[in-house]
Amino acid sequence: MSLELLRISASGSPAPGVRSVPAVTKLVDTTTCIGCKACEVACQEWNDLPPEPTTQTGTYQTLPDLTANFWNLITFNEHDDSGTLRWLMRKDQCMHCSEPGCLIACPAPGAIVQYANGIVDFQQDHCIGCGYCVTGCPFDVPKFNPRTRRVYKCTLCVDRVSVGLQPACVKACPTSCLQFGTKEAMLEIANRRVEQLKASGFARAAVYDPPGVGGTGVVTVLAFADQPELYGLPRDPTVPMAVSFWKGPLKWIGNLAMLGGLAVAAIHYVRFGRKEDPDQIPNPKDQIPNSTTRL
Amino acid sequence: MASLAATFGRGAMTNGWTDIRNADVVLAMGGNPAENHPVGFRFVMEAKRNRNATLVCVDPRFNRTAAVADRFVQIRAGTDIAFLGGLINYALTHNRFHQEYVRLFTNAPLLVSERYAFDSARGVFSGWDAERRAYTDISSWTYDIGPDGYARTDPTLQHPRSVFQVMRQFYARYTPEEVSRICGCSADDFVKVADVITSTYTPDRAGTIMYALGWTHHSHSVQLIHAAAMLQLLLGNIGRPGGGLNALRGHANIQGGTDCGMAYHNLPGYIPVPKVGDETLNAFVTAATPRALRPNSTNFWSNTDRFVVSQLKAFYGAAATRQNEFGYRLHPRLPQSDGGAYENWSWAYIFDAMHDGGLEGFFSFGMNPVSNGPNSRKAIAGLSKLKWLVVAENFEQETAAFWRDDILSLVDLTPEDVQTEVFMLPAANFAEKDGSFVNSARWIQWKWKAVDPPGDAKPDQEIVARIFLKVRELYEQEGGTFPDPIRGLNWWYSNPTSPSLEEVSREINGWALEDVRDASGAVVVGRGRQLSRFLDTRADGSTLSGNWLYIGMFTDQGNLAQRRSTADPSGLGRYPEWTFSWPANRRILYNRCSADGDGRPWDATRVGIAWNGERWVGDTPDYTVDSAPGADLGAFIMLPEGVARLFVPGQFADGPWSEHYEPVESPVANPLHPEHSSNPAVRPFGSPFDTLGTAEEYPIVCTTYRLTEHFHYWTKNNPYAVQLQPEFFVEIPEELAREKGIANGDQVRVTSARGSIEGKAMVTRRIKPMQIDGRQVYQIGFPIHWGFLGRGAQRGSLANLVTPTVVDPNSFAPEYKGFLVRLEKV
Amino acid sequence: MNQPLVRLTRREFLRTGTIGAATVSALGFDLTAAYAQVRELKIARTTETRSTCPYCSVSCGVIIHTLGDRSRNVRPAVVHVEGDPDHPINQGTLCPKGITLKQNIVNDRRLTKVKYRAPGSRVWEEKPWDWAIDRIARLVKDTRDRRLRIEDARGRALHALTAVGVIGGCTDTNEVNYLLVKAFRAGLGVVPIEQQARI
Repeated sequence: MSLELLRISASGSPAPGVRSVPAVTKLVDTTTCIGCKACEVACQEWNDLPPEPTTQTGTYQTLPDLTANFWNLITFNEHDDSGTLRWLMRKDQCMHCSEPGCLIACPAPGAIVQYANGIVDFQQDHCIGCGYCVTGCPFDVPKFNPRTRRVYKCTLCVDRVSVGLQPACVKACPTSCLQFGTKEAMLEIANRRVEQLKASGFARAAVYDPPGVGGTGVVTVLAFADQPELYGLPRDPTVPMAVSFWKGPLKWIGNLAMLGGLAVAAIHYVRFGRKEDPDQIPNPKDQIPNSTTRL
Repeated sequence: MASLAATFGRGAMTNGWTDIRNADVVLAMGGNPAENHPVGFRFVMEAKRNRNATLVCVDPRFNRTAAVADRFVQIRAGTDIAFLGGLINYALTHNRFHQEYVRLFTNAPLLVSERYAFDSARGVFSGWDAERRAYTDISSWTYDIGPDGYARTDPTLQHPRSVFQVMRQFYARYTPEEVSRICGCSADDFVKVADVITSTYTPDRAGTIMYALGWTHHSHSVQLIHAAAMLQLLLGNIGRPGGGLNALRGHANIQGGTDCGMAYHNLPGYIPVPKVGDETLNAFVTAATPRALRPNSTNFWSNTDRFVVSQLKAFYGAAATRQNEFGYRLHPRLPQSDGGAYENWSWAYIFDAMHDGGLEGFFSFGMNPVSNGPNSRKAIAGLSKLKWLVVAENFEQETAAFWRDDILSLVDLTPEDVQTEVFMLPAANFAEKDGSFVNSARWIQWKWKAVDPPGDAKPDQEIVARIFLKVRELYEQEGGTFPDPIRGLNWWYSNPTSPSLEEVSREINGWALEDVRDASGAVVVGRGRQLSRFLDTRADGSTLSGNWLYIGMFTDQGNLAQRRSTADPSGLGRYPEWTFSWPANRRILYNRCSADGDGRPWDATRVGIAWNGERWVGDTPDYTVDSAPGADLGAFIMLPEGVARLFVPGQFADGPWSEHYEPVESPVANPLHPEHSSNPAVRPFGSPFDTLGTAEEYPIVCTTYRLTEHFHYWTKNNPYAVQLQPEFFVEIPEELAREKGIANGDQVRVTSARGSIEGKAMVTRRIKPMQIDGRQVYQIGFPIHWGFLGRGAQRGSLANLVTPTVVDPNSFAPEYKGFLVRLEKV
Repeated sequence: MNQPLVRLTRREFLRTGTIGAATVSALGFDLTAAYAQVRELKIARTTETRSTCPYCSVSCGVIIHTLGDRSRNVRPAVVHVEGDPDHPINQGTLCPKGITLKQNIVNDRRLTKVKYRAPGSRVWEEKPWDWAIDRIARLVKDTRDRRLRIEDARGRALHALTAVGVIGGCTDTNEVNYLLVKAFRAGLGVVPIEQQARI
């Protein structure tokens, strides 16, 4: 199985000979999500990711944030909509940006690729663990695994998609709040749903497909689209300025990095500080500053 | 299910999962389908997306269903009858009921006995004996029977003693203000949703109700479900695509277990068990067969004799002869207790008897009563009195291991004190054996074996067979007490120690032992052929059928439970060739009601069945296929009156219809009638563990529930499930938490009169304090799922340590929802 | 279960990939490599068995993927469970419990041996099946012989055994439920037979 490439990290040129392949897109309709978390474990199960140690911290949310082994997190946010309680669920995962900040930032040749169908995929075998993709991502998605010293995130189940199957999370979703297809088709469904929401009183409903990153491979229907922060989404995400640097003058560092572990260590030190104990499990409780709002 | 059977004739979900897509209004109440049946809930979302359906959620908590509902109303746990009574009253007073439907298909026109009365000031029906504090004579809860033996009627519904008028008067007390006073929601919110829910009274609209254990776990659960049935009948929603009263079963095969007689009071196929005094087969069949109450009613149970004899032939085979009444004398009878009532051997009563030392031995196949039964400490104390206990399981669980120090310490015993011999047998799981499950929608679905069981684990059929055959061998060798039924049991399977489930399935369906002939003498089923129609069974011993209800499942065409055609000619999601649906592959029960008096569908876009001039077409009709609509056979063929029961003539222990009673533990006296605050027909248990708390000592209303991330007490062994919901927690309203100084994530203790449980606090805005009858009442709640054995933080957090052994007087289901506790920070 | 297979594939991929990357990185990326290998589909070579989820009453269709069925001397092992797309109810979808059914089947906490706890004991002992069946049958017969209620005080027939209870079935098939009723009620005369429906 192989897929045609569109773009490769730390490479100046686009891949040649790209035919017109329709971009694939995942639709997340937050208004029909019941927060069942089937997608969370469908993802882990399919990708053979081990369960994360968790504790109950006073929320239905599994973890405070994505991790290197947890690429798909449903966030639970309570919102008081002028007296009416709303329990807003949102699927936090890689957005598969058309202009992927991670890929642009990545100094390691081939560590991040963008397939012609739009999927942004990390090739851990080429990853140098520098963490620049983490900085480059406006959604704070890629996560560093201190044990393997690589960075991980949702692959949009490229292995399944390449043989015509839906991503594992979409396949599992009981309410079909997750759907998968061409961007055009997904936007059509999303816009239809938005119209329906508007007709039933959600005047501010809209599709979240931020132009700052060229649009995303994951489009999200929001009932309160004027306040994406309610869902933990940035209002106007862009590729960070600093990252654009990588594309040009600093590209050689990435190439160097491939040749020696020294550079890896140095870059890692700059990015993360001294080596963390890989067995240390972060206490999620410490990471929810105001957990009552995330019930 | 006791309620549905008494009201409609069959104890099952009326419509089915796929049909929910046809609803215009979905009321989720007494259940949290998004949480507990998330995949079934996809049809609610489909209805919302494709039909613009409105989802109304009424629950003590703003739950996962509420998160996607169009309307949510919070009510106090255990007050659903008041809410539903309010809806019934709203429909009647605002003329928002389907008049023609009610006249045709319900007992609204039938007259109620003159002796029937309800004392609304005291809250008891006629027949109450104040001295003995019991209903000692319920003969007044019946119809006015004419000299012909049939119930009198008034088709105009105007007679003051017509069910319709008596009902109207009875529910007039349930005004929006009264609903608000009892339930704690605002009258305004009630009226808003009442308007939505009753909007389905017109023929062009259909509404469904989805409920589950949130309704069955009350001391008045059967009446609660009956109230919902009344509402759906008034709105004309039963029997119609998109309508129904959809009981969502909690386990993969609770429906099948009940169908197959795994309940002390029923044989397979809902035939009541023989009772002491039914000395002969004839006496038994006569007692079990209802007499028709309307002139033309089908009264399908008039065929009971055929079903009973065919079943006895399946049980006792060659030992069932005409001479010995087909083995009837081999079968056990339900004994009568000293008071004259038949002995009750339902779950809570078994454990009560066990606690009294009345049981010596106990088998538990895939069940964990220490965890899933009420009042865990009573269950543990009961098990400690057994001589022997056999548990067949996939994983070690609390019941098999009840003798552990940490579990026994809950009842102040040590392992040395307990003389019970315990066997824990490793059992195969679902993937390791074949066989069929019946889902909530009555679909009998076959599954295939994928892998062998691990290690020495064995499939349950082998465990059952080997134990039975070894007992039989001992009786052959040694003789013993009454060995006849054991010797005579029809164990015909080609591999007796591990019967092929396909053979068992053939037997459940049944076959002809001799040529079966019709009235003209023509052979309708040849000897040895599988049966395919109910009425091919015979009472003369020429047919064998383990469970008449499943006839048609395994015919000469093969095992229809294996069918996999996704064809849907109706376009309504009936999938008639996907597996097999009992009865007779009918997908929507009572579907005669989907058409009007002339057999024309109420809604041409949602056709259940229709009369084409010669026969009924569409779904398998719940009616004789070639009987014209005018034949007036009654749309509810399993009931002797042929019409659905708004007024239930004597089948319930606590009244002919639904009155609001408080939970047995309640923060307030019943605002309608404080004298009889809770269900007067409830009989308390008397063990030292059966203590009840008062509102003074335990002021907080508590409820228990499941989470979508876990299944009962199984998935606490699964790493991913444990990751998603790692430990026990208590959901607490913000206001109460503030009062108690509890912060999110703090350790808290919940204590009832039975015991206490500790866990993490989840402080939330999703449960709000309420005003009940003028005073502030708090509700809290917590999920089941944890215990002593499993992965991660188990810590002995058994939810049922605090629940009471208080049961409904009809279904004997425990009151897991709406009992009293106090809460403190640890 | 499937780890060896997937790892092998990945290792091969890694080997070729690394060599390629090392040679090209000094020059920029090898532009002829316009295709990227993606992970091998872990269900590419599995046997599929149709089954039904054993949890709630929706009864979703599931496909159990096993590996090893086609080799001699290899015990098939479940590598993946996924929703059955043909099933009219779940249409391929599953809830979080259903999608992780593999862990209900392949789980190091599964019981694999008969365990016995003697009166007053604090421990489980491992026992052979035959021993357990013999012992259970003996206990059942002894209890039944002593406690079967042949008739009541008024001389009416009972044939009822109320000193033994049987619960179960909601987790098992119709056929096993029927066999339980047949063997225990119609055969042994047990009256207290119940299941989860009540609670």
